[in-house]
Amino acid sequence: MELGIVELSRLQFAMTAMYHFLFVPLTLGLSILVAIMETVYVMTNRPIWRQMTKFWGLLFGINFALGVATGITMEFQFGMNWSYYSHYVGDIFGAPLAIEGLMAFFLEATFVGLFFFGWDKLSKVAHLTVAWLVAIGSNFSALWILIANGWMQNPVGAEFNPMTMRMEMTDFFEVLFNEVAQAKFVHTVSAGYVTASVFVIGVSAWYLLRGRHVELARRSVTVGAAFGLASALSVVLLGDESGYSATHSQKMKLAAIEGMWETHDAPAPFNLIGMPDQEARETHYAIEIPWAMGLIGTRSLTTEIPGINDLVAQAEQRIRSGMIAYAALLEVREQRDAASPEAMATFEEHSADLGFAFLLRKYVDNPLDATEEQIIAAANDTVPTVWPLFWAFRLMVALGFGFIGTMLYFFYRASFKGMNFPRPALHLAVWMIPAPWIAAELGWFVAEFGRQPWTVDGVLPTAMSVSALSVTEVTLTLLGFVIFYTVLFIIEMGLMLKYIRKGPFEDVEETEAWMTRHRDILAGRRNADATSMPAE
Amino acid sequence: MILHELMSYDLLRVIWWVLLGVLLIGFAMTDGFDMGVGALLPFVGRSDVERRVAINTVGPVWEGNQVWFILGGGAIFAAWPPLYAVSFSGFYLAMFVVLAAFIVRPVAFKYRSKREDPRWRNGWDWALFASSAVPALLFGVAVGNVIQGVPFHLTDDLHTIYEGVWYMKFIGLLDPFSILAGVVSLAMLVMHGGAWLTLKAEGAVQRRARAYGSVAALVAVGAYVLAGLWLAVGIEGFRTVGDHVANGPSNPLHFEVERTASWLSAYGDRPWIAVAPVMGILGGLLTLLGLRAGREVSTLLFSKMAILGVISSVGLTMFPFIMPSSSDPQSSLTVWNSSSSHLTLFIMLVMTVIFMPMIMAYTAWVYKVLWGKVTEAEITDGGHSSY
Repeated sequence: MELGIVELSRLQFAMTAMYHFLFVPLTLGLSILVAIMETVYVMTNRPIWRQMTKFWGLLFGINFALGVATGITMEFQFGMNWSYYSHYVGDIFGAPLAIEGLMAFFLEATFVGLFFFGWDKLSKVAHLTVAWLVAIGSNFSALWILIANGWMQNPVGAEFNPMTMRMEMTDFFEVLFNEVAQAKFVHTVSAGYVTASVFVIGVSAWYLLRGRHVELARRSVTVGAAFGLASALSVVLLGDESGYSATHSQKMKLAAIEGMWETHDAPAPFNLIGMPDQEARETHYAIEIPWAMGLIGTRSLTTEIPGINDLVAQAEQRIRSGMIAYAALLEVREQRDAASPEAMATFEEHSADLGFAFLLRKYVDNPLDATEEQIIAAANDTVPTVWPLFWAFRLMVALGFGFIGTMLYFFYRASFKGMNFPRPALHLAVWMIPAPWIAAELGWFVAEFGRQPWTVDGVLPTAMSVSALSVTEVTLTLLGFVIFYTVLFIIEMGLMLKYIRKGPFEDVEETEAWMTRHRDILAGRRNADATSMPAE
Repeated sequence: MILHELMSYDLLRVIWWVLLGVLLIGFAMTDGFDMGVGALLPFVGRSDVERRVAINTVGPVWEGNQVWFILGGGAIFAAWPPLYAVSFSGFYLAMFVVLAAFIVRPVAFKYRSKREDPRWRNGWDWALFASSAVPALLFGVAVGNVIQGVPFHLTDDLHTIYEGVWYMKFIGLLDPFSILAGVVSLAMLVMHGGAWLTLKAEGAVQRRARAYGSVAALVAVGAYVLAGLWLAVGIEGFRTVGDHVANGPSNPLHFEVERTASWLSAYGDRPWIAVAPVMGILGGLLTLLGLRAGREVSTLLFSKMAILGVISSVGLTMFPFIMPSSSDPQSSLTVWNSSSSHLTLFIMLVMTVIFMPMIMAYTAWVYKVLWGKVTEAEITDGGHSSY
């Protein structure tokens, strides 16, 4: 298959986004875990907790650098590779990205430097505050990014303006409190907390297996397991909330995840496993759990969930309606203020379906020239490829329940068995380290691949969102990113492993010596003349 | 929601045009000295300890400073979506180079001193140099191209189409005037980095920073004046014709644009804007004197004044144009035709008014905590908290 601009741009986005999300979940969770550890240090004044803060803080820092660096790519890629998307929805989509910078990213980035450099310059409480500001900033970042992404899944609070040929915001609070965005936010940050907990438990288990840094490792497992248990429960619960909100906003994605081709009498069964067959539009060998889908998706026994075939029929109707909208749009755009009220009325009646007419652009330049076959083909295009979604979703859910089990076990051993962990469990914990990353990437795959063929569900097709670039340009940058990111990944993994092998770089005596020195420095500074430190 | 109608659309557009300038200037004033220090690194630091001193003068703050760049991107996306769409895809490969630099730089800062191996450290030092100097140059080159107009046109659906083959979109950026603009930008940021090092370092590092910074200040002022003369005689400008619709929908195709003899006719229409280039030149010269005399705080302030003057002079001269098109002037992006909707501009302004003062306040606090010289002793004894 020859790759065109659309495929190359999608490949680049998928690659850079999934790469970025190797670092994000650990940042989200580890920032909070580190802040918790430092809180215990400040409250108890015990050196071991400072040692833990500094050790996990160092690993946080190595990871944070790449999270920031690869995040810049995400923000710039919309304009570079997806310029029509940027023009078409920038009025809504750009706002949360900019607010993220103002409210969250400035906060975390300004204070992360002080977290590492400020130990000698700040009082204990001030430094603790800095640690929490970094954690809060990171998590607020996720909120705004997921509001932006939630809008792509469920574009509320906006309408099309024929004069500017783009979507424009009509209600900011609808965008903000988009139910999809809110469920996604809690689901995603919880996944980050699970990731960090599994990471902390896994690395600590490795120390315990070797009998190194036992005090640090045992306490870290305890903190990780308590935090991880709450988070793992929250991930699954909010995943369920996402499923519920998908029932009314993203019907096609839900049906595809389910491999549900025909609308079933309510309450629909849940296909536990099966073999989705796109050609025959059937899921073979399905093992069904009666009622489960209806209950999860609608929380009722009487509401129907539409199957794929019915949704395709609806899409066909919407394409025809979209063609009427497009014809009216051309007239309104041409006449501007002089447009007839009839044309305006026709446009407004059908404008919600305009995006469906754009699906025809894959086949004809002018959607109004589309033939019957093309309309039917475009309606069929609204079905994403089912089997990868079906399986990715099930694997993610299985991992999610696996995390609950593991966390429950470690929490029990930490709380009731005197932080005594059997060796097989420790081995399992080490081997589990990659699992939350796999689950998180699968989750994003389901969210984004499941929305195809749209960038903004029902509003703008992916194929129309790209920039007018040459294949050579996009290939060059894609190759550039592949090489570049591979090298960075090797360097980052090398450093991570080096510092994990090395372990905490201060022992208890050093830490105690520092604590004494720090007390003296602060006492000395209070006595010194305050004007010796002028502000810039 | 009708609250946003309290402020007229054209006023909001002008405010966001000013805020666009504030973000660019904020970026150049803060991350600018990080880039300047990076570009000076191989020259001011001969030994590993000296280089670490230079790096640690910006070590705790570059991360926050870089957010100005990211916020700049986000604010252009939110407030000027057509500008974001046209410029980021139009300067495609140049943007990729800048992006690569902004990915390498954070990593270089964080990872450089994590291993003792001199080859490792030397490699990252050159990475820091390149990832600072190249974007500093390219930002100026981009401005040079914008001043001359960029070859693109908009279709009826407002798709952006670029003229010419793909490699010319990159190599074609490097015309003589744009290279001169790139020199202004690089020299200005190196001067700023020199002023920062003068304040934060001592001994040999400081001495070399003052010497190189003085040269950079001289080059920056010279190249800026030369570019001004070139604008006066050799480069055509743009102007809008017909009715002045400042409150209309953001659609460039609703406007008529024609070429004029020179951008500098703006100084006849709005003589007060001459204050910007005067500040630019004066700031550069005062920085030069300050560096020679070894003044620390005031030199940095003069350098900031130069940055303020130079960047705002570009915006004020081109107003209301933001990104003119050389091949199809009618597609040119202006303040009146390429903003977000009335509501979005208002919401973003509210957010800015709430958060910008907070950002200023905590940034000032962080700089206050970190006030003072970075010394060699601090680096060698400081153990684990320095880069």
